[in-house]
Amino acid sequence: MVAGQISKLIGSRVKRKEDPRLITGEGKYTDDVILPNMAYFAVLRSPYAHARINSIDTAQAAAHPDVLGVMTGAEVNERCSEPFPLFAILDDMKYPERWPMAAAKVTYVGEPVAAVAASSRAAARDALDLIDVDYEPLPVVTDMETAADAGQPLIHEELGTNLCYEAADQAGDPDRAFAEADGVVEARLEQPRLIPNPMETRAAVADYERSSGNATLWVTTQNPHIERMVAARMLGMPENKLRVIAIDVGGGFGCKINTYSESIIAIALAERIGRPVKWAEDRTEHFVSTSHGRGQAQYVEAAYKKDGTLLGMKLKIYADLGAYAQVISHVIPTLTPSLSPGVYGIRDIGWTTIGVYTNKIPYDAYRGAGRPEAAYIIERVMDLIADATGKDPVAVRRKNFIPKDAFPYETPTGMEYDSADYDAALDKALAIADYDGLRAEQKAQRKAGNLMGIGVTVTTEVCGFGPAAAMGGLGGFESATVRVDPMGKVTVLTGASPHGQGEETSFAQIVADDLGVPFEDVEIIHGDTSIVARGVGTFGSRTLVVGGTAILKANEQIKDKAKRIATALLEDKIGDTLAPQSITLEDGLFAVQDMPDQYVTWAEVGSEAYDGQLLPEDEQPGLEAVSFWEPPGLTFPFSAHIAVVEIDQDTGEVSLKRYVSVDDCGTVINPTLVEGQIHGGLAQGIGQALLEQAVWDDEGQLVSGSLMDYAMPFAQEFPMFELDRTVTPSPVNPLGAKGIGEMATISATPTVANAVVDALSHLGVTHVDIPMTGERIWRVLQKHGRRRRGGRS
Amino acid sequence: MPNEITVTVNGARHTSSVEPRTLLAHYLRDELGLTGTHVGCDTSQCGACTVVVDGAAVKSCTMLAVQADGSEVVTIEGLAQDGELHPVQEGFWEEHGLQCGFCTPGIIMTLHQVLEEQPDPSEQEIRHSLAGNICRCTGYQNIVKAAQYAAQRMQEQA
Repeated sequence: MVAGQISKLIGSRVKRKEDPRLITGEGKYTDDVILPNMAYFAVLRSPYAHARINSIDTAQAAAHPDVLGVMTGAEVNERCSEPFPLFAILDDMKYPERWPMAAAKVTYVGEPVAAVAASSRAAARDALDLIDVDYEPLPVVTDMETAADAGQPLIHEELGTNLCYEAADQAGDPDRAFAEADGVVEARLEQPRLIPNPMETRAAVADYERSSGNATLWVTTQNPHIERMVAARMLGMPENKLRVIAIDVGGGFGCKINTYSESIIAIALAERIGRPVKWAEDRTEHFVSTSHGRGQAQYVEAAYKKDGTLLGMKLKIYADLGAYAQVISHVIPTLTPSLSPGVYGIRDIGWTTIGVYTNKIPYDAYRGAGRPEAAYIIERVMDLIADATGKDPVAVRRKNFIPKDAFPYETPTGMEYDSADYDAALDKALAIADYDGLRAEQKAQRKAGNLMGIGVTVTTEVCGFGPAAAMGGLGGFESATVRVDPMGKVTVLTGASPHGQGEETSFAQIVADDLGVPFEDVEIIHGDTSIVARGVGTFGSRTLVVGGTAILKANEQIKDKAKRIATALLEDKIGDTLAPQSITLEDGLFAVQDMPDQYVTWAEVGSEAYDGQLLPEDEQPGLEAVSFWEPPGLTFPFSAHIAVVEIDQDTGEVSLKRYVSVDDCGTVINPTLVEGQIHGGLAQGIGQALLEQAVWDDEGQLVSGSLMDYAMPFAQEFPMFELDRTVTPSPVNPLGAKGIGEMATISATPTVANAVVDALSHLGVTHVDIPMTGERIWRVLQKHGRRRRGGRS
Repeated sequence: MPNEITVTVNGARHTSSVEPRTLLAHYLRDELGLTGTHVGCDTSQCGACTVVVDGAAVKSCTMLAVQADGSEVVTIEGLAQDGELHPVQEGFWEEHGLQCGFCTPGIIMTLHQVLEEQPDPSEQEIRHSLAGNICRCTGYQNIVKAAQYAAQRMQEQA
């Protein structure tokens, strides 16, 4: 944006460009791809969490009349020239080679063992039953806290341990902080594994052209270029022989970052049978074949002073990586201590992060990825200090805020916070909620014997990833190609791969304002590696921040050249020489300075760019620019949230009565889209607090293994959320944007958890683990009764 | 043994030979190429596959194609008339009722039928009517608003 330019669309509630196709059934999701002569494949998965494969017999399946090809794990793995690549390998990290399928041993329920291609979906499924696998079950490791103990069964014998890494570090002098403290609070906090469950499960369609050796893979991914890089490497193909397409993707939330085995299997089978193949994951299959999120056991000790000051913290964090590390999944737990100071000026902190292998499906990013776990720790700690000092949770937070004049602010854990004003956000949230009124109401409710709780949090998170150093080899940039055609219409190719966030709309708003063209004249193209310049993808709330800025950078080149072309056109018009500096671009018109009647339009400039008859000799035709932009630093949105809950004393059931969400994501391009991200983020965070968890039995079977058993939030669970915002632009990108995809999820879980504990605090309850299901709260009520035992007033 | 069925989908008659076990959802998607109907689960929870069969909203993953023999089916592709969006579709666009869009066709078909039966539902009635649909993106906030928008539009049109 040119400084001082009047924004027309940036900041406006523009309706989405994406919607017409999606509300009429014209969306193009991976499972919607139908190719001539297409076959279907299904994947046989391990029913055991840990077992040796003695033998596998596929003869009967191969003999099925509708079967076109069967591949065992050994055959698919043999087709590959290298195992799954890992990025951002940590110091002293132990990791096994991981190939697409299990061949000698299975290490989690759901691990792929064999695949069958057949002429129909149903026949492929039928044929799975004809494959005979002789398993020898082995003892199972499911508990992350004891997984690395001596004597545990080894998941990967070659490593000699189930420990992936143990990383210990400290900043300042935590021992001194604890020695100087008036008191110490401590807790063990559970972060159950969650199952991302985007409404579109995964799918893959592969087409292989034998004549050229070119392959096309349609796949449900958040990052087609990373998918191509990984799949091409594994299959030993040059990247330019593999085209990855992901046009409409039905949500990801982190679980569609990874390149999964099915992409490799699809291409291998298409090659083998000489026909295109499709695989679409069942929902129940999704539970055991798509990565989970969260999964930590957190031990925290916090030293405080009587006035509520947090002096220091010591953290020990166990992370349940599952059977393998993938992409950068192992790095996610390390974000938890990094972000654990939250919005507070704590300087003395020590931490140990222990990543272990277990006999479970690998874990990976899930909306927030490492930061929700951090916010949960620090925001529970603030309430524990409030309990211990008898102070109001709001007062304790204010006492510890990093002041607004301290930014940019480097945390003791090495994060550079870009900008913030936490008091302003908190003030707004308190006013909307009528906090004092709520506390008075709570008093009255308690008197009447009812359980009402108020939860408050103020949180921050890190997003807008890169730069490259923060990405461990995946790249920290985003790309944009901006193309003006002879009609003056604009096409933008973005390397980011939005899948529900609405960047077809917000990017078009940015371009329309910046170039002065109508919103309707801008088309945004994404999700095809053969068309779009290399990009990184959509995750970590980076797309608007990094991808949006890349577009601005390409626009700068476009505007420069367009002005030179306009100069030539205007010189021809007025029959005089003009300096390109004397040409202004305003409202989409290139005019001669001080001669507003003398102008040309984008259509005239676009046409001349390709017609080229009037172009100066040193000017080449065309009007297209490619830009790659890497941010110099990370962004830190923040929020102040307040939840009000009531608890049914007979059933323990929690009902969420109000939710106030004041969020600051810097410059807002489209308030409607930002609010949408907050709504969905809140729903996921509230779901985590009250309902969702992956439950495993001792044999490593996922008990909550279908939508019948895993509690996803429904419409009835929520009131209308009350949203507002503050705007503190980020200095690290010219848009001033911070990213909003994950903020609300990160805040919502501790906010609701704090509200539930607050409802019970007068009974002496200081902590209840999530999810705070009716049963769990009922048990707490049975134990604590209704007697008053101190706690907050 | 394949069975022959005749189904009218979005006003067009189709006679097809299907396996008895073929789900209506897969028949619509794989046989008729109507991929606007999505399959989001296999246990009848998510409602992404909802279509209208003989006037009733039905989860098409829970009905066999042979059970639809002789029926009139309306899918998301058949809802807009002469290029004019149905008020429920309009509501979703106006109120930002969708993000990834995957659950959207099923929720639109559900609400389409809900509003036929109850033209002026309360917020709680709308939420209750969505007990068979899951959305992971929107927190249902703007879906409720989309339904309210549609209810008002339909009353204005009535």
